[in-house]
Amino acid sequence: MIPGSFDYHRPASLDAAISLLASLGEEARVVAGGHSLIPMMKLRMAVPEHLIDLQDIDDLKGIAINAGTITIGAMTTQAELIASAELESACPIIKETALLIADPQVRNVGTIGGNVANGDPGNDMPALMQALDAQYVLQGSGGSREVSARDFYEAAYFTAIEDGEILTAVRFATPAAGHGYAYFKQKRKIGDYATAAAAVILTIDGGTCSSASIALTNVGDTPLFAQAAGEALIGSSLDQGAVAAAVEAAKAITDPVADGRGPAGFRTHIAGVMVGRAIACAAERAN
Amino acid sequence: MNDQTIPPAAERAAALQGLGSSRKRVEDARFTQGKGNYVDDIKLPGMLFGDFARSSHGHARIKSINKEAALAVPGVIAVLTAEDLKPLNLHYMPTLAGDVQAVLADEKVLFQNQEIAFVVAEDRYAAADGVELIEVEYEELPALVDPFKAMDDDAPLLREDIKDKMDGAHGPRKHYNHIFYWEEGDKEGTDKALAESDVVVEELITYPRCHPSPIETCGCVASMDKINGKLTIWGTFQAPHAVRTVASLITNIAEHNIRIVSPDIGGGFGNKVGVYPGYICAAVASIVTGVPVKWIEDKIENLTATAFARDYHMTGKIGATKDGKITALSCNVLADHGAFDACADPTQFPAGFFSICTGSYDIPVAHCGVDGVYTNKAPGGVAYRCSFRVTEAAYMIERMIDILARKMDMDPAELRMKNFIKKEQFPYTSALGWEYDSGDYHTAMEKAMETVGYKALRAEQVENRAAFARGETRALMGVGVAFFTEIVGAGPVKNCDILGLGMFDSCEIRIHPTGSAIARVGTISQGQGHATTFPQILASEIGLPAEDITVEEGDTDTAPYGLGTYGSRTTPVAGAAAAMAGRKIRAKAQMIAAYLLEVHDGDLEWDVDRFQVKGNPEKFKTMKELAFAAYSQAIPGIEPGLEAVSYYDPPNMTYPFGAYICVVDVDVDTGVVDVRRFYALDDCGTRINPMIIEGQVHGGLTEALAIAMGQEISYDAMGNVKGGSLMDYYLPTAVETPVWETDHTVTPSPHHPIGAKGVGESPNVGGVPAFSNAVNDAFAHLGLTHTQMPHDHWRVWQTAQRLGVTG
Repeated sequence: MIPGSFDYHRPASLDAAISLLASLGEEARVVAGGHSLIPMMKLRMAVPEHLIDLQDIDDLKGIAINAGTITIGAMTTQAELIASAELESACPIIKETALLIADPQVRNVGTIGGNVANGDPGNDMPALMQALDAQYVLQGSGGSREVSARDFYEAAYFTAIEDGEILTAVRFATPAAGHGYAYFKQKRKIGDYATAAAAVILTIDGGTCSSASIALTNVGDTPLFAQAAGEALIGSSLDQGAVAAAVEAAKAITDPVADGRGPAGFRTHIAGVMVGRAIACAAERAN
Repeated sequence: MNDQTIPPAAERAAALQGLGSSRKRVEDARFTQGKGNYVDDIKLPGMLFGDFARSSHGHARIKSINKEAALAVPGVIAVLTAEDLKPLNLHYMPTLAGDVQAVLADEKVLFQNQEIAFVVAEDRYAAADGVELIEVEYEELPALVDPFKAMDDDAPLLREDIKDKMDGAHGPRKHYNHIFYWEEGDKEGTDKALAESDVVVEELITYPRCHPSPIETCGCVASMDKINGKLTIWGTFQAPHAVRTVASLITNIAEHNIRIVSPDIGGGFGNKVGVYPGYICAAVASIVTGVPVKWIEDKIENLTATAFARDYHMTGKIGATKDGKITALSCNVLADHGAFDACADPTQFPAGFFSICTGSYDIPVAHCGVDGVYTNKAPGGVAYRCSFRVTEAAYMIERMIDILARKMDMDPAELRMKNFIKKEQFPYTSALGWEYDSGDYHTAMEKAMETVGYKALRAEQVENRAAFARGETRALMGVGVAFFTEIVGAGPVKNCDILGLGMFDSCEIRIHPTGSAIARVGTISQGQGHATTFPQILASEIGLPAEDITVEEGDTDTAPYGLGTYGSRTTPVAGAAAAMAGRKIRAKAQMIAAYLLEVHDGDLEWDVDRFQVKGNPEKFKTMKELAFAAYSQAIPGIEPGLEAVSYYDPPNMTYPFGAYICVVDVDVDTGVVDVRRFYALDDCGTRINPMIIEGQVHGGLTEALAIAMGQEISYDAMGNVKGGSLMDYYLPTAVETPVWETDHTVTPSPHHPIGAKGVGESPNVGGVPAFSNAVNDAFAHLGLTHTQMPHDHWRVWQTAQRLGVTG
């Protein structure tokens, strides 16, 4: 449980980080909170020669809520997400999800940027970002671009991020006032990844579901945006039939691996249960 | 000086903080401030660090080991393999079970993560880099994972080193993968009684392989002083003296030239009883290099390569009359011991005290038999927070009783009450030969049922089942009852030894002139609070305040010989030694008092903290005064000083018991089991420190929850260990842990000097069946007889699915 040898860099600005990343090449890895990368290094499943620690870059921290848009700096910790009353009021599902990540010690150091950029299908924020239709801001020596969370994930640990790019922020439209939301996660214990988890965000207009988006955690080699599941709800009164259709649509896109949490079939089943319960909870919260 | 008003006896007794006082744990001041001194805190000048290259296969022949690249790493000093240990005859070491275990793999590997090479480097980082570069070429062999296939004709041969040695340490071996067969009881009589019974139930009850997983892993620092020829090993040892003797026997270093020190230990739970290759390799490396060598496992190594627990496949069969009186019990066990038999049991008991499996019941005839087999899994078989194989026995009988109750449509608590050994039957000799010292089971069970409102719970369950059938709830309520009897405090030297060393224990007390004292004992705390509780025993015996008594243990150069701490033996054995040593102190003090008070010693009586003249309590000498006199006065016929030693050979084991009741709500759609309530009544005889007992029960119940609900070390068909890290291995946090309700009755042991029985392991023994019975009970009305542990989400859901109640 001791990593191989590596050089440690701690740039004070984003530009410095980007140029370090450019000059050190593909043997360099950016580290945010380190809660995915460092365990992998300790198991020697990842053996970067250089670690570029982003924690001294103030520009990457903070939560900005204005003009209908929420922007969260990549180095904002889960604990800071949880503590922000403004964020809780504008988009409460962030706090609900962050509280289900690992334990307080991890959340004190783990960041939203690290959580979404690493491409670990077990992480909770990526599915939530898909449900929120977030954009990821990627910056490299050639400038900045944005990629939708729904297009970002290619396979486990493979994402749309290019060599030399750093994910600097996530950005999404503030959900409509009165929206319903829920993040439901089944896990074996505190600190565990999900057996299956589901994020649901919806709005109800005069008894009819006017918008719905659903995404799933840890039941495929990427987070899964369950478009058909959301669509199954839109226009319905969230009646039993519509919910059942959404659950089935969500289950249909899962492809989990068998692991200590159970065989694939069980994890797909749990994904369905989480979706159903999250819809019910979101519907209750919507007004 | 005796003219002041004498405080009342009760007041003086309270000031001593003796038996029954919930005095705070004196050791916690350093632990809570991060000032504990654990093995990994030991840093010696010039110390090197060793780390293991381990097998990536479950079963394979080693074709070659190349250490060149590892030796080229800057800072790597040496790499040891079996070839290097062979000239010293240390490539195998004896196990506690009469087998041998490879220290470093000799020509083949028999389990994944088996030790292959020991890389010694200037620091742990270089050692880890060296380990990465050890190149091992394997020829893979078929792995034997299923113990039920171990004795097949075509089973792979695991132990080539002993393939022709068909006479094992515990009798003849039936097959090359067989280790022993051990039995107890009357087979013929049991079979006959079962055949004649009105009702018979039979079930395969599996207690899966799990691991004690103490927070601190195993490790040591070995230091050979070449000037004086003395080898010192600081290590995570639950039995330091036994380690010293074993080390002397296998290294041929004279025993006085070996010093074993157990510093603070971060939990043991049986995991630190055995001898591991790391200890041998660190010692050899220190002898070779002439400087100290440290070895510390990481968590994955601890979980996958050091001693596991359980892995008992128990086929229980129980018979009863039609009105519910048990007629007979039989149990046949297949015990998976892994690649080497490294069980930690008293020598004559290869299946530990499994024959306590008749439990708390008056069963006229019984038989049990245990076959031990080799598989391609890590060796071990330690008692994880229980006396030797007692939790397995308790789990089997407590599940079987529930299964019988279900079959007979009787309430499981009622069936237990009907078959309990009665208070007036103690001392009670069980059908399998144990003499239970004392008990009052009916009182304990009745108190438990009354406290939890058992009848109301069953009524609520009837309601819950009806509501479930109507589709109003998706949660099923389960009530688990368990009543356990343990057998702890090993043990009488006449039948209990480890590698020939009798399982007595010891205490040595020195009273200082000013009336404070130091006591040394042959045990070692791993968190049990010995520094707090031994002084309480002594305070009540010798009348000096507990806070004035220091306890020292764990250093073989200073502590009297003892067999260590495990199997709830500290209080029953060393606690008795402390009381007996205290009584010797008091006897001498009485002689001194008689001289000082100018009376015959028979005219004195003991009163809390002093000797007083019978009928004249104004005339007395306090223990403090007598201590000073022992060092200051020339007393005819009495040696100066005030010291005593006691080596205590217990006449019998002690038999703690308890009644546990657990209430769960099972979500049939997710398999999540919510423990709504857990009530634990323990009877451990005389209670030394109620607060420490409560803490022990809390900890043990939490481990029982972990075992019942999730802990499992399993292997795939290739012998790859699954769940070998804390990502998968279930260690509950405060969030998963329910609120524990504790209670007690007190039935003292008649043969123990202070009537104490031991408690540390009771909650594990009683807790596991209580949880499991509750989960099984939730589904019982749907026709479930038995579902195997662990009751994790998937298995519980699978059970619900099998019974047709999932959505």
